[in-house]
Amino acid sequence: MTAIPPPGGKKLGLVIDLDTCVGCHACAVNCKEWNTSGHSAPLPDFDAYQANPQGVWFNRVHSYEAGEGADSRTVYFPRSCLHCEEPACVTVCPTGASYKRAEDGIVLVNPDTCIGCKLCSWACPYGAREFDEDAGVMKKCTLCIDRIYNTNIPEEDRVPACVSTCPAQARHFGDLGDPASAVSRLVAERGGYDLMPELGYKPVNKYLPPRERPRHREPAEPAIESVANPFLRWIDRALSR
Amino acid sequence: MHPALSVILFTTASGAGYGVLFWLGLLAPLGLLPVAAGFGVTASLLGLALVTVGLMSSMLHLGHPERAWRGVSQWRTSWLSREAVAALIAYVPAVLFPLLWLLGGTAGPLGFVAAAMAAVTVVCTGMIYASLKPIRQWHNPYVLPIYLLAALFSGGACLAGVATFWHAGPLLADASVVAAALTLAAKLAYWRSIDRGAGDRGTGDRGTGDAGAGRRGAGARTPADATGLGKLGTVRSLDPPNTEENYLLREMGYRIARKHAARLRVIAVLLGFIAPIVLLAFIPPIAAIAALLGLLVERWLFFAEATHTITLYYGRTA
Repeated sequence: MTAIPPPGGKKLGLVIDLDTCVGCHACAVNCKEWNTSGHSAPLPDFDAYQANPQGVWFNRVHSYEAGEGADSRTVYFPRSCLHCEEPACVTVCPTGASYKRAEDGIVLVNPDTCIGCKLCSWACPYGAREFDEDAGVMKKCTLCIDRIYNTNIPEEDRVPACVSTCPAQARHFGDLGDPASAVSRLVAERGGYDLMPELGYKPVNKYLPPRERPRHREPAEPAIESVANPFLRWIDRALSR
Repeated sequence: MHPALSVILFTTASGAGYGVLFWLGLLAPLGLLPVAAGFGVTASLLGLALVTVGLMSSMLHLGHPERAWRGVSQWRTSWLSREAVAALIAYVPAVLFPLLWLLGGTAGPLGFVAAAMAAVTVVCTGMIYASLKPIRQWHNPYVLPIYLLAALFSGGACLAGVATFWHAGPLLADASVVAAALTLAAKLAYWRSIDRGAGDRGTGDRGTGDAGAGRRGAGARTPADATGLGKLGTVRSLDPPNTEENYLLREMGYRIARKHAARLRVIAVLLGFIAPIVLLAFIPPIAAIAALLGLLVERWLFFAEATHTITLYYGRTA
C-alpha cells in the first residue's frame, strides 16, 4: 500500500556533516560497490568503459562554492535519499511498489511490482530515485537494510556502507526518532537542518551546516623586516597581526 | 522535464477523446446533436479511438507495460492510479450509451454518466501534474483548469468536425470557440504566472541569501535554496558529482532555449487557438486538426518549460 504508515517511534536515517565532508566520494563509491550486489542489485552501468559512462548511483557528491571572494568556501554536499516522513514518491506510486516501512521508516521499492512509470522520480524533489533502464524499474537508497540488520557481519559493520567508509566521519547513522540518540543530539548541538523544508516532505536525514568562522580581514600594515633588533622585530610583527 | 512523446501524445489524444465523449454524452440526450445513426457511431468511435490511442501511448512510457494492471490498486493516494481507475470505468458508459441510443432506448442518463466520467478522468490527468510540488510550472493553480478546458475545446472541435458531415447546427462550433477562448486566456495567464520572477534559465546561480526579491512564496529556485547554504552567500556549483549525464538530468534536466520557447508559444497560440477559432465557423474538421496539432506543441512546451528542483543541485535556477 502506498499510504504512509502511521508514524512509528523509529526513524532511521543519516546525519551528514557539511563542515567535515572532504568531498572524496568514498561514500558514493562504497555505496555503489555494496549495493550493486545488495538488496536492489545490480546497479547498472552503461558504456562503463567508453567515453560516456553512465549508471545508477544512490549517492552523489556535489561540490559548491558559497560566499564571495576571500570569504567564500568550498562545501562538499553528498546527496542521497532522505527517507522522508511524508514521501510523495510513495504516495504517487500507482502500484504500491514504492513503500515506507512502518517499523523503521525506510523507503523502499519492490522491483517485482514496479511498472517503471517514473512518476516517483518526478515527485522526489531531491533526486533520490534513479531509473534502471536495464531492469525497467526504479531504484533508490535502501539505507543498506542488508547491512544494518545483517547478523552475519560484525556488529560494528552494521551501518550503511556510506557511513562505514567515510574517512572524515562526516556521516552518522542512527534513530532520529529517539531524541536521546547520538544522531539526534548531534543535530540539536550543531543546528542540523532539513533540505527544502517548505515542500513539506519532512526529511528524516539531516545536514549539519558548515561551522561559523571569522570573516576574512585585510592584514594591517606589513611588519617592518628592516628592524635589526630581533626582539623589536618580534614585537612589531606581533603587533602587526 | 523531458518531453517524452508517448506522454505528450497521451494527454493530448486522451484529452480530446474525453472531450468528444463529454459533449456527446451531454448534448445527444438533450437532442442538440444530429440523430443519424451514422453520426452516433462515428462520433463514439472517434472519442473511444482517441482515448484508447492515448492510453496505449502512455503504456509505452512504462518500463514494464505488462504490469500496467497493477496501476489500478493505489487509488487512495495516487492520482495516476485514480486516472487508471477512472479511465477504465469511463469505458462502460462510453460504450453502452451510444449502443442504447442507437437501439432507441432511453439513453439520456447514461449519456450524462459518460460525460461525468470523462470529466473525472481528465481531472485525474491534470492532478497527476498539478500535485507535483518539485516542479513549480506544474504545481500551479492554472494547470488543472487548462487540462479541463483544453479537453472541452479540442473534444468540441473534433465533434464539431464530425457533425459537419451531418449538417449539424452551429451550437458545437460556437461552444468550442468559447472553450478555445477560455483555454487561451488560461494559458496566457499561466505563462505570465510561470515567467514571474524567473531568472535567466540555465545561466548559473542568480540567487543569494537575499534572492527573495521577485520570488515571493515560490519555493526553491536557486542552489542556495536547495542546499540550505544561503547563509554563506551565493552558492555556485563547483563540480557536479558526475562527469557525464545521468538519469536525473536526462529525465528532469531538459532545457529549452528561451528564444525557442517564445517562438513555440506563438506557434501554439496561432495553430492551437487562433486558427481553430477562425476556422470553426467555416470548416470545423480543419479547425479540429489545427487544434490537435497546436495542443501537441502546447503540451510539448508544458514539459520542456518545466524545471525540477533536482536541477538546482546541479547549479541551475528554476
